[in-house]
Amino acid sequence: MKITREGVDYVAHLARLNLREDEKDKFTAQLNDVFLYMEMLNKVDTSGVEAMTHAISLNNAFRDDVVKDSIGNEMALANAPDEMGNCFRVPKVIE
Amino acid sequence: MELNRLTIHELRKKLKEGETTSVEITESVFNRINAVEDKIHSFITLMKDSAFEEAQKADKAIQEGNMGLLTGIPIALKDIMCTRGVRTTCGSHILENFIPPYDSTVVKKLREAGGVFVGKTNMDEFAMGSSTETSYFGITRNPWDLERIPGGSSGGSATAVVADQCIASLGSDTGGSIRQPAALCGVVGMKPTYGRVSRFGLVAFASSLDQIGPLSKDVEDCAIMMNAIAGYDPNDSTSVPADVPDYTKSVSKGIEGWTIGIPKEYFIEGIDPEVLAAVEGAIKQVEKMGGKTVEISLPHTEYCVAVYYVIAPSEASSNLARYDGVRYGFRSKEGRDLLEMYKMSRAAGFGNEVKRRIMIGTHSLSSGYYDAYYKKASQVRALMRDDFNDAFKTCNVILTPATPTPAFHIGEKMDDPLQMYLCDIFTLSANLAGIPGISIPCGYTKSGLPIGLQFLAKHFEEEKLIQVASAYEKNSKIEKRRPDL
Repeated sequence: MKITREGVDYVAHLARLNLREDEKDKFTAQLNDVFLYMEMLNKVDTSGVEAMTHAISLNNAFRDDVVKDSIGNEMALANAPDEMGNCFRVPKVIE
Repeated sequence: MELNRLTIHELRKKLKEGETTSVEITESVFNRINAVEDKIHSFITLMKDSAFEEAQKADKAIQEGNMGLLTGIPIALKDIMCTRGVRTTCGSHILENFIPPYDSTVVKKLREAGGVFVGKTNMDEFAMGSSTETSYFGITRNPWDLERIPGGSSGGSATAVVADQCIASLGSDTGGSIRQPAALCGVVGMKPTYGRVSRFGLVAFASSLDQIGPLSKDVEDCAIMMNAIAGYDPNDSTSVPADVPDYTKSVSKGIEGWTIGIPKEYFIEGIDPEVLAAVEGAIKQVEKMGGKTVEISLPHTEYCVAVYYVIAPSEASSNLARYDGVRYGFRSKEGRDLLEMYKMSRAAGFGNEVKRRIMIGTHSLSSGYYDAYYKKASQVRALMRDDFNDAFKTCNVILTPATPTPAFHIGEKMDDPLQMYLCDIFTLSANLAGIPGISIPCGYTKSGLPIGLQFLAKHFEEEKLIQVASAYEKNSKIEKRRPDL
């Protein structure tokens, strides 16, 4: 199925990426190449095959419900691009 | 004596017998870095001051008779592993100034073993690449030919070892990112079984495929590094609570009576004739060592690139959603509202290849396409795993070329993503199946570029890889050359 330029716009929005016009052109062509290549998967009969989601089957990796130290407010904010009053500050969300 | 040229096991002996000190070894490593780093660019960040402090501490510990597994040994870390207080960039602009508040588990383990950290090595941005050309911090050059790439994504971890800028290093391998640069630089590189080594503190690329492993000057050093890093970690719920053997016990054991599987699907058209000749030589060599070779079939091999380039970007698009310019990482000042801020920060913070993979992954997972791509690829992945399980019923280990070609030229594949993706054709399937693999040198091309040989084993049978690789290393007598820098 061909990926259109509008399709690329839509995916870029979902991925929260602001693409330049030239990037959109390039990605439209390259994504089409890549997904055309992936069409080969359709040659494989996978009826009744259970999808593999992990390399090793581990279930229920529980840990004891014990309160442990956390890194604390100061360290959690140490890499923040912007902060105020012990919080991460972001641009306006609601008008 | 140039101490930086020696291996871990050689240096351990010297340290134990008081013939040298960690400070002397660390000096020789940094002298070498001063001399050649401008030419090859293995590192993003050097840790010289703390390295000498650690070396002094190591020397004191040795004097007091407290010698750990790696006490006083200079080690380089791929810049994808969090180091407390030392910036961890993942080769990306978006993490250029990120200073982790904690150590990754592997770093903690190496510290506890007494290791001295030399620095953080260069890599493809977010480990997405096969050439170390997508790093925000500039390319790394192959020490054997400065016009060629070192492989990737752990390119700097491979060049630092072969150029003797450290004694050993750690890399991470999602589709070949340890084994491919090891092959192209002529060092030993191992990707352990998924779950064998903790991923806690490893910046996530594709969580069902990522695994940390060592790059080293020989197989014995690989075993020592594995002893230091392997094991269950409660902080990584995908690490496996299984006993870890002493890998050094598998060194120098021989492989008499073993059956070595040769998968016919790995000897394809397009493989470089010199690589093919070297690997055919290696097959004869393992036969001489008492191994029996049998042709095996891994019928779904031709689909590995397609499967991988659905699954890895899908997981990446989800993992990389965390880079939103809010809690850490680069934030664009241009966005007027929150959504715009996200989009502008990610647009300016990520490079081309990372954006492309996020786009591939987001498209694969988007409504209406999920079944056709992600689910289909995950089903074919299951068939690939079954292929390996079947194959290992008839052989102890599998032998393949590590890469289809020797190191290629800088810039050669940058504009053709599909060609770049095809570089990993022999290494991807081990990640998809979750099995361990090792790449070791098996010769040189006429123009002097290293060629790599790969062995694959069943889940949690790293010791078999150490055993066969060590036997091959000892018996094949591949000339030990050094790049002329």
